[in-house]
Amino acid sequence: MSSKEIISVIPNSTLYDVEKIRNDFPILQTKVHGKQLIYLDNAATSQKPISVIKKTQEYYSSMNSNIHRGVHALSQVSTEAYESARIKVKSFINALGKNEIIFTRGTTESINLVTQSYGRANFQEGDEVIISQMEHHSNIVPWQMICEEKGAKLKVIPINDEGEIIFEEFEKLITHKTKFISVVYVSNSLGTVNPVKNIIDLAHQNNIPVLLDAAQAVHHTPIDVQELDCDFLVFSGHKMYGPTGIGILYGKINLLESMPPFQGGGDMIETVTFERTTYNELPYKFEAGTPNIAGAIGLGEAIDYISQVGLENIALHEKYLLDYATEAVADIPGLKIIGTAKEKVSVLSFVLDDVHPHDIGTFLDFEGVAIRTGHHCTQPVMDRYNIPATSRASFAMYNTKEEINTLVNGLRKIIEVFG
Amino acid sequence: MDLELRELYQQVILDHNKSPRNFRVMDNPTQEADGYNPLCGDTLHIYLHVVADIIKDVSFQGSGCAISKASASLMTSMIKGKTVEEVEKLFGNFHALVTGKLGDDPDLSELGKLGVFAGVQEFPVRVKCASLAWHTMKSALKKETTKVTTE
Repeated sequence: MSSKEIISVIPNSTLYDVEKIRNDFPILQTKVHGKQLIYLDNAATSQKPISVIKKTQEYYSSMNSNIHRGVHALSQVSTEAYESARIKVKSFINALGKNEIIFTRGTTESINLVTQSYGRANFQEGDEVIISQMEHHSNIVPWQMICEEKGAKLKVIPINDEGEIIFEEFEKLITHKTKFISVVYVSNSLGTVNPVKNIIDLAHQNNIPVLLDAAQAVHHTPIDVQELDCDFLVFSGHKMYGPTGIGILYGKINLLESMPPFQGGGDMIETVTFERTTYNELPYKFEAGTPNIAGAIGLGEAIDYISQVGLENIALHEKYLLDYATEAVADIPGLKIIGTAKEKVSVLSFVLDDVHPHDIGTFLDFEGVAIRTGHHCTQPVMDRYNIPATSRASFAMYNTKEEINTLVNGLRKIIEVFG
Repeated sequence: MDLELRELYQQVILDHNKSPRNFRVMDNPTQEADGYNPLCGDTLHIYLHVVADIIKDVSFQGSGCAISKASASLMTSMIKGKTVEEVEKLFGNFHALVTGKLGDDPDLSELGKLGVFAGVQEFPVRVKCASLAWHTMKSALKKETTKVTTE
């Protein structure tokens, strides 16, 4: 079955031509060590389609001007483009209003905004916050910091051998002291898709707000924040084919209204005197200083691109790639997949007997194959499996079966050398 | 295999990775230290038995990539019996080699078997792998109690 035949499993109404998509990503023509680049490090950051690159360039060459309050023409153009990107994000995750969409630097800053604003205003000594064992460091450390400051306690939902949250253990962790639950939607190092709807429902039965870290989810699966009923949702632009340095915090309007500002500065104020400052309305209250205007506009363009291809189509294609890769590595001697959850996105994390991930990464690089090796900013996950690191191949909408074949052949060569 | 890659993964390195020498716990070390490479999670423990400024025995434990394991293994074989001063000089030479400071046509005579690490200079991100054992050994010599990291 060739990569083009993959398409045959998708109904005609959602036809998906992977070659056409590849042509939209200029970087895929790059050569590495004389070999065609095979980019399988998408969970770290995705590549950008030409439309996003062009849009960012267009902003600087014909729109660049500081947003809001400007009376001249360019300022109005850039303000409109920036705010229309916000509306695109709102529609993309089906938020109730555009005031619920805060532009940040990325997922990490979004989480820190919630811990420093909501957490600082609401947590007290003895309170408890629940996260899971599979969190990225960015959904661990900010909570540790605020818990330490407030004398609150961080509790961790354990995961099973497959890399799934143990739901019964989660139920046991909830007490009358639980003030917040922050969990990852999709694990970056295991690929696990968590039962977030069930987590949110149980949390809400106990009146506990929930933050979802959707950095690894938004570009793999359609998200409807109203249907999920999550209180906060955070993600980054650069993992979803958009620019770096731009991210989103979605929050329910009543929560955002009740929260104090995160950073002080320009744009987040209504009036300033030395005696008293009043704050701007949402979402500007949380956007102090000149934001990443080009980044926001580029993110809007990335959303348009994803919508054109269709998230359902992307999900089907990636599922095919994951299934194919999982099967292709199954008979490699000494290879063990880390993360075998029933519900997974296209992340294949593995260890190989007697060959360290770093050596695998260096070898594959010479085949033109870019994968990530290390702890993937999830050291507690590595500890859970008692391993120092894994090798991780992560697939995106533009990857093909042929590329996975090169990966697998590379792994076989490595075994020959180290065997 | 690509030439650059073959230079990095020389047979000696692959051999020491597969069967590391002095890979054992020492019962009566006079000094020991932990090393850690946060980039890849490699951990290393170096044991030294030093008497009258001479390395009487050295061994290591831990996990790491082929480069770091082979480096630890070769280091232990090389420094046993040497004085502390000789070891420090050797480390200086080794570090200059892997960071490419010995020039295009280096004199490897003093480095002996350690010359197999010449290929590392082409891989800047792997210099830390090659030098972790040495930094940890140096810390053990100083009897530093804090953990060494390569960051």
